[in-house]
Amino acid sequence: MADEVILLDYWVSPFGMRVRIALAEKGIKHEYREEDLRNKSPLLLQMNPVHKKIPVLIHNGKSICESLIAVQYIDEVWNEKSPLLPSDPYQRSQARFWADYVDKKIYEVGRNLWTKKGEEQEAAKKEFIEALKLLEQELGDKTYFGGDKIGFVDVALIPFYTWFKGYETFGNINVEKECPKFIAWAKRCMQVESISKSLPDQDK
Amino acid sequence: MADEVVLLGFWISPYGMRARIALAEKGVKYEFIDKDPRENWPYLLQMNPVHKKIPVLIHNGKPICESLVIVEYIDEVWKDRSPLLPSDPYQRAQARFWADYVDKKIYEAGKKVYRTKKGEEQEAAKKEFIDMLKLLEKQLGDKAYFGGDRLGLVDIALIPFYSWFETYEKFGNLNIEIECPKFIAWANRCMQIESVSKSLLPNQHKVYEFIADALKKLGFS
Repeated sequence: MADEVILLDYWVSPFGMRVRIALAEKGIKHEYREEDLRNKSPLLLQMNPVHKKIPVLIHNGKSICESLIAVQYIDEVWNEKSPLLPSDPYQRSQARFWADYVDKKIYEVGRNLWTKKGEEQEAAKKEFIEALKLLEQELGDKTYFGGDKIGFVDVALIPFYTWFKGYETFGNINVEKECPKFIAWAKRCMQVESISKSLPDQDK
Repeated sequence: MADEVVLLGFWISPYGMRARIALAEKGVKYEFIDKDPRENWPYLLQMNPVHKKIPVLIHNGKPICESLVIVEYIDEVWKDRSPLLPSDPYQRAQARFWADYVDKKIYEAGKKVYRTKKGEEQEAAKKEFIDMLKLLEKQLGDKAYFGGDRLGLVDIALIPFYSWFETYEKFGNLNIEIECPKFIAWANRCMQIESVSKSLLPNQHKVYEFIADALKKLGFS
């Protein structure tokens, strides 16, 4: 019996993009359904009654919610190719730690960049650049956070790159100047097919 | 070569308790360093420079931070006994989802109950908190534990907050047992388990006294 895989998503959501990339990396055929977040479908409300948010992965009728949990699920079920997490427990814990860091820092601070003004915005800019610099340090000399291939942290982080034009315009910052290594990493990621075909254009 | 396992924690932290329960479930010998992270603690800053928080598990010199990351690490390294996560990927996803729910919701909601003053704001906080416990009761269903017949990730993520219930009840003027009897029944079952009760959960009253003292110092009454 063939697998039935559906993704409930919203095109601009970085969290949805994570799941799209993971599905593409594994070559999983799936149906993509765009949700109108102001008018959520009955299926979304039924499949994610707790948070009522996208993305929701539905595999043979069973729902998996929360983007990083869905990515780990995809990695565990379709485990014969393109591993997204390392096999060593310590390396896995580090990947989970940094994906969690992205969740805790990048989304919230990035959002503050374009929703706050004045002193608060300046503080957000400083915090944002510091977070990127810390990630640059963690990346070190590696091509990707996952090493030679994209991994869990790359998948968690790269979607926010599509929001950089927004952050830069509204936040009045130049990320390339402050964090060139980060931008270099992001550009390498955009060369990876599963990423480039899962992410919308920055201008949009 | 024997494993060297050290846990940096603070007795009152529910996040630290998660790591301690997991280590006890697996029967892992470890050194517990109990210190208030607000005090001068250079070793903590060295081991967790990013968040500067406890708990930190140090295994043969290598640090692992964030309580749920630590619990999954413990489960993977000492995988020959007492599995904390199910083996089926879908069940694992569900366990992670509910542990994440506890992380996102319970601590903040509980804090609102004892940090807000009496009145509308506190009533709203109380309702939100009780609604969450009821959702968890529904998720538990007829199972003995969230993990089924044995403790699992969600039980470990959640039970430490039980040590804060006296605090929530006294400050919030709540009676959790009346509102959520199934939840309290589950908590009492967990407290019968050696790895949970054996020196892992401080007396609820100790927690209450500590919080009451801290709030007084901050100017709350």
